Amino acid sequence: MNVFITDALVINLEKETWHCRGCDAELGSARENYKSFLRVRPRNPQDIHAPIIDKDRYEFTFAPDPEWTRIVEYYCPHCARQMEAEYLPPGHPPAYDIELDIDALKAQWADREALTEPAIGPAFVPPQHHHRKGGE
Amino acid sequence: MTLDTNQPQSGETPETGDEGVSEFLRDTSLFLAPDPLIMNNHGVEDRTPLEEESLAAEKDPARLEIVRERLLAGANESFDMLESMGAAPGAKWGDCVSAIFTASGDLSLASTGGVVIFCNLVQYPIKFINKYWTNEPTVGVREGDAFLVNDARYGQAHNTDQSMMMPVFWEGKLVAWVGATVHEGENGAIEPGGMPSMAEQVWDEGLKMSPFRVAENYTLRRDIVTFLQNSVREPKLQYADMKVKMFTCRRLEQRMHEAISEFGLEAVVACLRSNLEDTDVEVRKRLKEWPDGTVRHSWWTDGTLRENAMIKINLALTKRGDRLIFDYRGSSPEFTNRSNNSLDITLKGMLAQLFLTYIWPDLPRNQGVLAPIEFIFDERSIIKPDFGTPNAQSMMSVFTSWSVAQVCVMKYLYSVPDKYTRVIAPWFNMINTFLFGGVTQHGEMVGNVCADINGMGGGALADRDGQHSCAPIFATMADLGEQEFMEEEMPFVQLVSKKLMKDNQGFGRQRGGMGYQMILALRDSPVWGFMLTAIGSKFPNVPGLFGGYGCPTYPLCRISNVDVFEAMQSDPSQFRYSIEELMNERPFAEGKYSTHPMFMPYSLAERGELYMIAQGTGGGFGDPLERDPEEVMRDYQEDLVSEDVAWRIYRVVFDPETRIVDEEATRSARDEARKQRLDESMSFEDYCADYVTETPPANLPYYGSWEDPAMVYAGSPDRYYPAGQVNPPVVMPNPLEVKIARLERELAEARQG
Ligand SMILES: [Zn+2]
Repeated sequence: MNVFITDALVINLEKETWHCRGCDAELGSARENYKSFLRVRPRNPQDIHAPIIDKDRYEFTFAPDPEWTRIVEYYCPHCARQMEAEYLPPGHPPAYDIELDIDALKAQWADREALTEPAIGPAFVPPQHHHRKGGE
Repeated sequence: MTLDTNQPQSGETPETGDEGVSEFLRDTSLFLAPDPLIMNNHGVEDRTPLEEESLAAEKDPARLEIVRERLLAGANESFDMLESMGAAPGAKWGDCVSAIFTASGDLSLASTGGVVIFCNLVQYPIKFINKYWTNEPTVGVREGDAFLVNDARYGQAHNTDQSMMMPVFWEGKLVAWVGATVHEGENGAIEPGGMPSMAEQVWDEGLKMSPFRVAENYTLRRDIVTFLQNSVREPKLQYADMKVKMFTCRRLEQRMHEAISEFGLEAVVACLRSNLEDTDVEVRKRLKEWPDGTVRHSWWTDGTLRENAMIKINLALTKRGDRLIFDYRGSSPEFTNRSNNSLDITLKGMLAQLFLTYIWPDLPRNQGVLAPIEFIFDERSIIKPDFGTPNAQSMMSVFTSWSVAQVCVMKYLYSVPDKYTRVIAPWFNMINTFLFGGVTQHGEMVGNVCADINGMGGGALADRDGQHSCAPIFATMADLGEQEFMEEEMPFVQLVSKKLMKDNQGFGRQRGGMGYQMILALRDSPVWGFMLTAIGSKFPNVPGLFGGYGCPTYPLCRISNVDVFEAMQSDPSQFRYSIEELMNERPFAEGKYSTHPMFMPYSLAERGELYMIAQGTGGGFGDPLERDPEEVMRDYQEDLVSEDVAWRIYRVVFDPETRIVDEEATRSARDEARKQRLDESMSFEDYCADYVTETPPANLPYYGSWEDPAMVYAGSPDRYYPAGQVNPPVVMPNPLEVKIARLERELAEARQG
C-alpha cells in the first residue's frame, strides 16, 4: 500500500521504502532520511529571487543576501522533480525534516483503505448569499 | 537532545501544601508579579462544583447546541459593535475580538470574526483577577465592574493591545466573564504607535497596565481615565475605546443574562464547559489520525529591528498517539535590550489561531484546542524571555515561530485521509507596513499603524495559487481599509496603493499570493514622522512547500530631496507608478535614492519625499517546472511576472506579443533544465561533506543552535553556551555608537594618510 507523505514523496508500506511520486522510482528505506537518497544542489539565492532593483546601485534589492542565505534544492535522482527547496544560512546542516514511526504508520494504515490519489481536503463551497434582490 | 514521549510533560509546579505559609506569603507580598502557576498552564481548569452540577443536569447535546448558537450570536453581535464603534484603526479593520469565558477564566467562545490569539491570552488576566483581586479588601470583584489590562506579561500579545474584562453575575454569584480586546495602537511608548522597536527596557514600552479595575457600576472612573489619557499620545482614542469596549462587554453580559433567563443557569454553564471539553476530546481524536513521528523545521529572522542579525527559531514537532509536543529548544537566546522577544503565552495563543483557522476551522473557537498540546522552551530564549526583557515587537519572533509550526503541521497533514481544510504553503508572515505619528491636518496628535498590516499574501495550495495580499496570519477575516478614508484623517497620501508588484512571487507549480506595493508621501503637517518595523531584507521570511520557493526579501526604498507634489504639478510625466521604475529609472534629477532594511526608527518626514515598500508573497507549492504554461502566461498578461521569470524560473517559451506558448519548445526547455539539475547536483553525502560547516560563518552575527539544539551561539562563533544558560546575556550595542566608532576609525585611518 502506498501512503502519500508529501506532494512529491510516497512511502510503500510493504517494502518500507520511499518512492518518487513523479516517476515511481524506489529511493531507499523509509526508516531513513529521504534526503540522503536525492540529488542536492546548493544555489545562490539571487539565481532564484533575482534583484528587482539595480544591484550595482543599491544595497537591498529584493534579492536575498548570498552571505546570509543559501537555497538547497533536492531532486529525484531519476526524473529530477524538485521535492524540496530548503532555505538555510550558508553551511547550516540540512534538517532531518520527516522522521516517521514506520511501525506505527503500518498499524495505522492496516485499518484504512488505500488511496489512489492524495486526499487534498474539502473543496471550497462559497456560502449562500443572504442578501438577494427583492428580499427573498 | 531527544524527547522522551513516554514521560507526561507537566509545566506546573506544586503549590505549597502549608496553608499557613501561603497566607503569610500572601499578606506580606510587596509586589504581585504574573503568577507562574497561571502563566505556565495553557490547559483547561478543573471543573467547578457548579460546572459538575450543570453537566449532570444538562445532558441533551441538541439543547446545548441551541444555547451555544445563542451565545455565539451574542458574541458576533458584540464583535460587530466593537468593529463599527471602535476608534482605533485596528478596530475598524478587524484587529479586535470579543469573547465569553468560564467563571474560572477559560476562553470558551470567541466571536467568529476577529483575532483568536487576543482572547486566548485574556484567560490569564482573568485568572489573575480571580486569584488575587476577588478576596482582596481594597479591590474585590462585583457586578458592574470592568477591568483593563495591556501588560503582555500578565497575558496579552504585546502591550499595544488593550483588553477589557467584565464579570457576569447571576443572583449574586459570579458565573462567567466576558471580554473585548482591540489593537489600540498608541500607548505612550518611546516611539508613537504602540510598537516601539527602540524599546531597550520594559519601561520604554509605554503603559504597563496589570489587570486593574477601571469601572464600577458600569461607569468608567474618570480619575483613572484621565490618568491613562495623560499617559498616551492619543487621549481621545484612549477614552473612546474604553467606552466602546465597556459597551461591548455590557452587550455580551446582557446576552448572557437573557440566555440564562430563557434556558436556565445550568444550561449556560454546561454549554460553556462542554465547549471546552468537547473540543479537547475532538482534537485528541483528530491527532490520532496523524502519522506518529517527529517533523523538524528551522527558520531565521534576519534582524532585531535595530540591526541585522541571524536569529534562529528551531522546532521539533513530535506526535505520538493523541499527543502533540512543540519542542522549541535550540532557538535563539533572548535579546535583553531589544523588543523582538515574544512571551511563550503569545506563541501558544498564535498556535491556537493556527489550528482554529488553518487546520480545523470547523472547531468552536476556544482554548480547548490547545489542551492536548504540550510545549518545551529554553528559559531566557527569544520565545520565553525573562520578566524584565522587552517584548513590544513580539511579532518579530512569534510570527516566524508560527510559520515554522505551519510548515511542520503541513508535513503531518498531507498524508491524513480525512482533512478539515487543505494543505497550504506558508502564508506571508511579516508586517510590511508603516507606523506613523505626528499632528494631522485637523490639528490632532495621533500615533498608529496603516491597515496594510493586513495585506499578507496567502500560501499556495496543491491545486490552486495563493491569494494576493489577502489577510494577516493572525486574523483570517480582516480588512485592508479604505485609503481614501485614511487620507481624510491623516496628512499623507499613498500615491501608489494596492498595486501588485511584478516578480514579487513565491514560485511553484502553484504560486503564492503576491504582495502589493505602497508608495507614500507626507503632504501637509507641521510635524510628522514614519516608522517601519519589519524584518526580511537579507534572509526571506517564509519558505515554500514541497519543492516550491519562498518569498523574496524586502527593502525600504526612499527618494528624498524631492517634493513629489511640486514635481507632479510642474511635470506630471516624471512620475512612475512602481518601485522598480522609480528606483531604476530615477526620474527626479535632484532626488537622492536609497535602500534600507525594513526597519526604521521613528523619523521625521519632509513634504513630498517618497517612502516605498512592498507587501510580501506567500510560499509556492511544488516544482515550478511543473507549472501549467498557460498559468504563467496569465501571470505575464496581468504583469505579475516578467519575461525573465517566465523563462528563468518556469522555462516557458512563448511569443511576448501574442503570449502564445510554444509547447514543444517549452517541453524540451524543461527537459533540458531537468538534465541540468542532475548534472549540477551531487549526492547528499557529498553535499554534507563539502558544504556543511561545523560552526556558523564567522562574518554572520548568529544567534541560536547550529547542529545540536542543546547548545546555542550568542552572536559569534566564540560565544557558545548550553541553551538557556547564555552568560553574560545578549546585550546589543547602540547601532549609532557602532556607526560612530566605524566612522572614527575610518577618519583616523584617513588622517594617517
Ligand atoms: Zn522521480
